[in-house]
Amino acid sequence: MLALISLNAKSGLNFNTMFQNLPIPFLILSFLTILSSLYVVTSKNPVHSVLALIFTFFTISAHYVLLNAQFLAVVNLIVYAGAIMVLFLFVLMLLNLSKETEPVKSNWWGIAASITAGSMLLIITAAFQVTGEAVAKNPVEGIGLVKALGKVLFTRFVVPFELTGILFLAAMVGAVLLGKREKNNAVLIPKEEGGNS
Amino acid sequence: MSLLSIFNQVEISHYIYLSTVLFSIGLFGVLFRRNAIILLMCIELMLNAVNLLFTAFSTYMGDADGQIFVFFIMVVAAAEAAVGLAILVLVYRNTRKTDVSFLDQLKG
Repeated sequence: MLALISLNAKSGLNFNTMFQNLPIPFLILSFLTILSSLYVVTSKNPVHSVLALIFTFFTISAHYVLLNAQFLAVVNLIVYAGAIMVLFLFVLMLLNLSKETEPVKSNWWGIAASITAGSMLLIITAAFQVTGEAVAKNPVEGIGLVKALGKVLFTRFVVPFELTGILFLAAMVGAVLLGKREKNNAVLIPKEEGGNS
Repeated sequence: MSLLSIFNQVEISHYIYLSTVLFSIGLFGVLFRRNAIILLMCIELMLNAVNLLFTAFSTYMGDADGQIFVFFIMVVAAAEAAVGLAILVLVYRNTRKTDVSFLDQLKG
């Protein structure tokens, strides 16, 4: 524990010089990402939460563009912001949960969740301080374009690629099967205690 | 290339810190919120933090494998969201609420 604290103090010394010569676009994007993801977690209205998460995905796509992963940025926008979040929004509208229906948790839950998440943040940061800079900077141009990615995806990773197709099929069948309305719905709330235990 | 000049000034440690913060925010949301839809969204947030880190390592090491793994994570996230939301609709249809603490009735 003491070692952890001293490590944190060391990293705190590093934090002073950390933000000095960072480019402005990266700082703005990171700030917006963290702010909007905090709003996702803390917002009372679930629709606002979904919209903030879409904004977070847009900023993460901008990070991908900064990282020279252009194709991934486009795919992130199409798949996450376009498909998955629209699905979430549809379910929210269908269930009519846009008003505040969530019961308020007690403060203890918030304190416990903060301690857990904060200690995980601290431990990962400290572990990285121990590990140090293990990654050499070796940027290669054009690695995030469709040509290079497709060549890797369809040669070395062709078996996992086909397996993801099977996974998608299973997920689709499962979702349709679950969403299908049955005649005699089994009710989750037991009306009376039966003999089966 | 002007983008590359930006990229040359950002160390990979900044991306590690950024995705750690994002992951912790998602973890906090999973622990704190009770609405099951917001729980699923926080899981998406955590997966995106991992995606960002994969992309950063892939770009900094000059290896395309990390970006392929990001594709696979996106596939799993999409399947998870579809099945999870279907289960959620079913639970809501039966119990009229999406509170996860209600689901402890599933135990034997």
